[in-house]
Amino acid sequence: MEYKLMEPFCKEKIKDFRAGDKILVTGTIYTARDAAHKRMTELLDKGEPLPFDMIDSIIYYVGPTPAKPGYVIGSAGPTTSYRMDAYAPKFLDLGQLAMIGKGQRSQEVMEAVVANKAVYLAAIGGAAALMAKQIKDAEVIAFDDLGAEAIRRLYVEDMPLTVVLDSVGGNLYEQGREEYLKFIGK
Amino acid sequence: MREVNVKDIEDKIAQMCIEANHYLGEDVKACIHQRLCEENWNIAKDILESIEENITVSEEGIFPLCQDTGMACVFLEIGQDVHLVGGMLKDAVNEGVRRGYEKGFLRKSVVEDPLRRKNTGDNTPAYINTEIVDGDKVKITVAPKGFGSENMSRIIMLPPSAGENGVKNFVVKTCNDAGANPCPPIVVGVGIGGTFDKAALMAKKALLIPVDKKNDDPYYENMERELLERINELGIGPQGFGGRTTALAVKIIAAPTHIAGLPVAVNINCHVSRHKEAVL
Repeated sequence: MEYKLMEPFCKEKIKDFRAGDKILVTGTIYTARDAAHKRMTELLDKGEPLPFDMIDSIIYYVGPTPAKPGYVIGSAGPTTSYRMDAYAPKFLDLGQLAMIGKGQRSQEVMEAVVANKAVYLAAIGGAAALMAKQIKDAEVIAFDDLGAEAIRRLYVEDMPLTVVLDSVGGNLYEQGREEYLKFIGK
Repeated sequence: MREVNVKDIEDKIAQMCIEANHYLGEDVKACIHQRLCEENWNIAKDILESIEENITVSEEGIFPLCQDTGMACVFLEIGQDVHLVGGMLKDAVNEGVRRGYEKGFLRKSVVEDPLRRKNTGDNTPAYINTEIVDGDKVKITVAPKGFGSENMSRIIMLPPSAGENGVKNFVVKTCNDAGANPCPPIVVGVGIGGTFDKAALMAKKALLIPVDKKNDDPYYENMERELLERINELGIGPQGFGGRTTALAVKIIAAPTHIAGLPVAVNINCHVSRHKEAVL
């Protein structure tokens, strides 16, 4: 199936997403990767507020290249998600709607996706120039000192993504491979 | 002795950092296109088409191929009849990388200490490998290496009794364990023999070989072909969504080793298999 996911984001809008579906996202999302996840977790531990509202948020695991003059951002493809596995279940429990990245996740993350009716979406790793074209606005909102790893608020239009982990336990990395192997008779 | 000014090496490296991050080699492009034509699974075809489109967009010179513009791996083959003048070679290489990453708006992805993790802010230091060779030329290779794929690389010290099958199984297992993480379709560099560290270096150098170049040794040429077939039977496919094209190529470099050892290193690269060469 193909869906458009538009702002305002909420769980109701993603409940039918299943592993393998293609999604075009339009709206405000946030960037965070290794260092920003670590810092946000430290803020939570200290009982301090996060740089953005976690409820119904979409976090894109990306550290973009610097924007050239006249452009809002540089190349911006996904980074490998498992490095965020240590932090992701906590964010999902706090209401995070979706994670955007690439690659396998831990059992804990898979369970947190199901328990919270969230979703894990994949962008095409290494297609970073294509992805940049869907980003219409970008602003650093926290942890400026982290450079590429700072938290940015992005406005994206028709960002092309694929559902990997869905709210009923579907996993494209397993299903896609199984279906292909069945197709070639292995 | 022929004099080569390290400033010329610096200038060249600055330019090569930018070029490598925008223009994929013709060998890799042709290989991706061929795999697209051979792919028999729709979602895999879609991904490969997007990858080709990404290459075209990057060639416009605004957006690099990947946001991970890599740790700059610089290989220098220095002819023994060359006299380097004008300063320290290491400083010149790092200055070239610093200038290239700044001018090219490339990402600064290097931290100064592996545990304390403060970003150096200019993508230096580079990983520099020098080798003394015949002649009076300096061959420079700049290979920006992303760590999504680097992290999926593995090394093992097999016993000699493991033999050819042990080596092959380790290579296939490494690619299988990597799954979707290293941005398949991947290029697989394999180093067999030498010492612990030399095996890893050979695996990295294997990634610099044009993907369409046949191995000079028919024994390893056969092994490369067999490994590519086995990896592409895993079903991982582009981006791990399923399909035939898990790997674009397998490249092997072998070297003499100890009677007690069989080191095997597997260095994985993503489909953005970047490297530029120049001779001064």
